[in-house]
Amino acid sequence: MSVATDTDAPPGAAPARTAKGVVFDRGFEILCFAAATLLLSALGGLIVSLAIGGWPAFAKFGFTFFVSSEWDPVQEVYGAAGPIVGTLVTATLALLFALPFAFGVAIFLVELCPSKLRRPIGTAVELLAGIPSIVYGMWGLFVFAPWFAHHVQMPIMMQAPPGSIWETLTAGIPNGANILTASLIMAIMVLPFIAATMRELLLSIPPAVRESAYGLGSNTFEVIGQVSIPYIRTGAVGAVMLGLGRALGETMAVTFIIGNAHGFPTSIFASGATIASTIANEFAEATGALHTASLIALGLVLFLITFAVLGLARLLIARQAPS
Amino acid sequence: MSARSPSLGRRAAQGAFLVFCWAATGVALMALAAILWSLFRQGIAGLNLDVFTKSTPAPGSQGGLLNAILGSLMMCAVAMAGATTVGVLAGTWLSEFAKQSLYGKVVRFVNDVLLSAPSILVGLFIYELLVRPAGGFSGFAGSAALALLAIPVIVRTTEDVLRLQPTALREASIALGAPVWRTILTVIWKSAQGGMLTGALLAFARISGETAPLLFTALNNQFLSLDLTKPTANLPVVIFQFALSAYDDWRRLAWAGAMLIAVAVLAVTIIARLATREPKRS
Repeated sequence: MSVATDTDAPPGAAPARTAKGVVFDRGFEILCFAAATLLLSALGGLIVSLAIGGWPAFAKFGFTFFVSSEWDPVQEVYGAAGPIVGTLVTATLALLFALPFAFGVAIFLVELCPSKLRRPIGTAVELLAGIPSIVYGMWGLFVFAPWFAHHVQMPIMMQAPPGSIWETLTAGIPNGANILTASLIMAIMVLPFIAATMRELLLSIPPAVRESAYGLGSNTFEVIGQVSIPYIRTGAVGAVMLGLGRALGETMAVTFIIGNAHGFPTSIFASGATIASTIANEFAEATGALHTASLIALGLVLFLITFAVLGLARLLIARQAPS
Repeated sequence: MSARSPSLGRRAAQGAFLVFCWAATGVALMALAAILWSLFRQGIAGLNLDVFTKSTPAPGSQGGLLNAILGSLMMCAVAMAGATTVGVLAGTWLSEFAKQSLYGKVVRFVNDVLLSAPSILVGLFIYELLVRPAGGFSGFAGSAALALLAIPVIVRTTEDVLRLQPTALREASIALGAPVWRTILTVIWKSAQGGMLTGALLAFARISGETAPLLFTALNNQFLSLDLTKPTANLPVVIFQFALSAYDDWRRLAWAGAMLIAVAVLAVTIIARLATREPKRS
């Protein structure tokens, strides 16, 4: 590179080629830089466009947009509290269901699985992550929900003593399309993501650490509970939050199965709505400018929640495994 | 904690834990089996030649999914062309030029967040960016939304796989007098092409089943159309509309379409997995 200046270039082809190389090098680097910057501006554009598009709703309703659960396209009154609560409740429930299983699968794949089965089972769990969301939705609505309504929901509702808090919590239409089934389907969907991240974290533990614990006489359970999990805990929290981020933004499967009712959910068997399902259902057929703006404002709320969760998740995982 | 032989409590805890791990994996595999089983059972029942030769029907008449399949293929092709170009260049920048710079870290972080950002928000963004100013839904807007979902996957895999290439390879090429751009194009990309292809395949698998971002970008089109500047039919949105309809014919088509998408996605995922193992063997 040092001979690239024109003045002291010796005669011959080599310097010319080097000079050309310098020009192309700069050009190529700028091209790559532009692509990376495009990525950054996509995120910036996402925030800005949602803020601009949702502004009329924020301007009209102010803070009541976040606390009112009234969603009435006829009266042009929009409050986002119902979908926001619905989103948080379903995602949290999904995570609670998925977490123990994801842990079990990750530990199974790393510690217990016979080496011949490791690849097939690992791939199968990966396929679970690959199935499109809409297929989960169809399966949930047409196969899982009727089964669940008949074998789980009805018996539970029959058991509830009249007048008790238990009855209030399980009230609903016994068709299987409710908050609980939506959470269960979502749990199946986020399970492979959490399991995959957890598995990588478990594999990153230095063998010496685990072997020392075994050498002291611990069994597998004790090694995992007292050595492995404390070792990866920062990253494990990150993995869980990554799953939460997925669940918060999940759209199609939930739209199929949650029953789509606005307002605060009061029972686990009640129909509900999430931010994503509300947008998916209503956006293409929004009745007026304010309706559209309110849906975009909902989108901005969802974006801020997921961005915070995913950002924190990535920071935690990165702190665990500085590559 | 030391006893001469493990106490009963410790052995019981160990046993219960192992059983739980096996059971958890069993539940996950059973869920996969249950989903695939009902998908194939219902999907094959709805499958016939009409599915591939006729366009989506009006209620009560015979029809297929030809326009939706073609529309999906066209949009995915356009999206992948754009996403691969931008994604590979951005991944290359992160791996070869960014080093440990702050800007590089920010881009990497943003990419990781975009990787799992809700796809419906990408749809809203493209709606605001392309659909509303253009005054109408279009296949190109759908492609743009899909591309935006594919780019982070490609960036991530490209960066990862380029970082795995040995420094000696770069040094050898530079020492032979090749400029940096030539080194990257003909040496680094060449030796990393398997991994980069895997990334592209995974990105394709991700976007081919995406529904949410297409709902208000590409919308739908009842007729066969090769014009991406107009609303374009696509499999996911057709499945969504038909599955929730009251007509049995439409539901059958929805199941057939869902099976087609799932088979395509799963096949691509498995091929991508097998391809990653290939280089080690040769």
